[in-house]
Amino acid sequence: MTAPVPTLDQRPEPGGAGCLLEVDDLRTSFRTDRGMVRAVAGVTLNLERGKTLGIVGESGSGKSVLARSIMGIVPNNAEREGSIRFEGTEISGLSQARMREYWGQQMAMVFQDPMTALNPVLKIGRQITESLHEHLEFSKEEANQTALALLKSVGIPEPARRLKEYPHQLSGGMRQRVMIAIALACGPKLLFADEPTTALDVTVQAQILDLLQFQQRERFMGMILVTHDLGVVAGRTDHIGVMYAGRIVETGPTRTLFAHVRHPYTEALLQSIPKIELPSHSRLQSIAGRPPNLVNTPPGCTFAPRCPYAQDRCREEEPPLIEAEQPGHFHRCWFPVGTPANPAYNAEASAEATARGEATFDRIAAAKADAAREDSTASAGFAPAPTAVDGEADADAESSVSAAGAGNVGGIHNRAGDDDAPGGGRPRRRQPLRARRQTSTTDNGERTDGR
Amino acid sequence: MAGSGTAHLRPPDETLLRVENLVVEFPSKRGKVNAVSNISLDVKSGETLGLVGESGCGKSTTGKAIMQLPPPTSGKVLFKGTDLTSLKSADLRRVRTSIQMIFQDPISSLNPRRRVEDIVAEGLRIWSIGDDASRDRKVDEALETVGLDPSTAKGRRPHQFSGGQCQRISIARSVVTDPNLIICDEPVSALDVSVQAQILNLLEDMKERYQLTLIFIAHDLAVVKNVSDRVAVMYLGKICEIAPPDQLFAQPAHPYTAALLDAIPVPDPTVKPHEQPTLEGDLPSPVAPPSGCRFRTRCPKAQERCAQEEPWVREVASGQFVACHFPLVGDDAPPVDQSTTMQPQAAPASA
Repeated sequence: MTAPVPTLDQRPEPGGAGCLLEVDDLRTSFRTDRGMVRAVAGVTLNLERGKTLGIVGESGSGKSVLARSIMGIVPNNAEREGSIRFEGTEISGLSQARMREYWGQQMAMVFQDPMTALNPVLKIGRQITESLHEHLEFSKEEANQTALALLKSVGIPEPARRLKEYPHQLSGGMRQRVMIAIALACGPKLLFADEPTTALDVTVQAQILDLLQFQQRERFMGMILVTHDLGVVAGRTDHIGVMYAGRIVETGPTRTLFAHVRHPYTEALLQSIPKIELPSHSRLQSIAGRPPNLVNTPPGCTFAPRCPYAQDRCREEEPPLIEAEQPGHFHRCWFPVGTPANPAYNAEASAEATARGEATFDRIAAAKADAAREDSTASAGFAPAPTAVDGEADADAESSVSAAGAGNVGGIHNRAGDDDAPGGGRPRRRQPLRARRQTSTTDNGERTDGR
Repeated sequence: MAGSGTAHLRPPDETLLRVENLVVEFPSKRGKVNAVSNISLDVKSGETLGLVGESGCGKSTTGKAIMQLPPPTSGKVLFKGTDLTSLKSADLRRVRTSIQMIFQDPISSLNPRRRVEDIVAEGLRIWSIGDDASRDRKVDEALETVGLDPSTAKGRRPHQFSGGQCQRISIARSVVTDPNLIICDEPVSALDVSVQAQILNLLEDMKERYQLTLIFIAHDLAVVKNVSDRVAVMYLGKICEIAPPDQLFAQPAHPYTAALLDAIPVPDPTVKPHEQPTLEGDLPSPVAPPSGCRFRTRCPKAQERCAQEEPWVREVASGQFVACHFPLVGDDAPPVDQSTTMQPQAAPASA
């Protein structure tokens, strides 16, 4: 059974109840010998069907743990707090047995390394049909037919032959296609793609991203694309959340975020990418220092020790998610880049930027007004193929519509900034653990002094 | 493309390393694996040669064959005029102090049971270069230049360092014997983008400080462009195109280079992921490579001639060499037909 292609009437109603996924103040910590590792430290996000959310960050930022925490596939030494609602139902407290009803049919994941995620001693066909037997109780014949159709739909040539092959007989790109077929087998509504292309070559990466995007639109799924590559999320997501040390430090509609970077970490990440349009031997901007120790995070902003703009306040008070001037755009920074608050604010350059920004803002406002006039939220904000994604819109105003629309429907929202208000954000019961950690911290602290 | 030929080689007296008609084949149950099939390269002293291509194109094998790890099936590797393939193992060991390698996985390329001091000093000890005190000074100096504090780093073991720091240790180890040539095999692929920037900057600094010549092997075109003076694009054991990076990226002559450039994700949401259809399919098997031009099975411009005749490397623009019957640049480039061909200027628009 290929998953039914959803029709218009299956689209969720706007507002809380129709939201596919709502995550509120999710915190995941691991008990380790060194103490509690706060991998995810209070993430709030939501996602509509048909939307794609990109989660970007360096290794160790908690992006993969976030995706796994939502799926409920964290190891035993993990402690998870916070609320996860899937189509309005709270799933964070469910047992593994109950979660099985969600895995595959409601949400599925494509993992980074297809070679280790696939079972090397089972044929491809068996690995695809497993979930069909398990969840949908398909007969052998039905399951085989479906597996064949799935392989065909993910672009595998000679699917009948491939069904009888083992993973090692396939190339990396083909294996990842098989992984996608397995994830899609039971027609999930939410697809996680955790670094789906990191192990692949650039040409194959483009093929796999195209396939994911195609399937996501075709099946009207919500998709969370986890990656370390800003280039990957730029062209293929509606919304982006930039993660650092277990927190979302900046979030917004993709276009808005790229056009108006506010958090110094996002800025630094973008600057450290070697760009093809720069002449060779251009000096790269790197981020000094290392990500913070997640066991004993210092007070204040977690990025402050590496931030070129850090002030005293940054080291003392942790910034909450602050709304930027564009709708749906939030950041955690006291002195955001490109605003007069930033120490490096350049009056001339920013006068220009402000002029541009205001122009955009006006367009967005105008576009929003237009969208409101149409009075059909579903068609404006919930279009399965918004212009922001396919980027076809040549008129800026048009593309801003979807950006603005997306701002309200998918993505990460601030819960009134209360979760991490200065001083109050850290969970109280971690205090003793942190104290216990002191000794090993020195060890870890020394490690960094090599640089 | 994907052809043979030596038209792009410069006079031997100008180059530090000259690789002629290198062939590397491996036996396998399914038949002979043609990992590298008749490629020629050269590097001038102080230059950085970038080698790019998809996995399986033979770029790492080329790097290793230069080091004679293992020696190539045929072909010459001339280093300062000496053919390494003809050397006896004792002489080869001596030459290898001048050629060093940096590997992809920084953690697994360092012995976990040894202290950093021993790892870095090993080359000096093996060759009895200097006395203990001078070796110690050299190790300190190398660690300092790669940005590690010798007093704390020397006594530690690799697992106590992050990936980026381990790569710094690898770099320190490689420069300590004063090599002329360093072959960097995907040195930054395992690193985060911010750390990658640090290591790339460091390599540039080291190159200047130690007057190094680099062969930089990577699959990331943007990274290669950033560090290289000349870039060679490889496909299935053959050279497709060689040119200075700025020229290559502004105006790719080989359809494969154009496709690679097109596939790079650009960190700018206003740029469409790619306007042209992506390169389809996977790399053909190196056991039974396609006849003629090896890229023809995936090439949007392939014609009858490509199946029959292997293209030879030739110069299509000043300094730009390409192995293709129908290059996108040059006098005999076909008129650009927007509807059917890839546009030569398909490089991502500047952001």
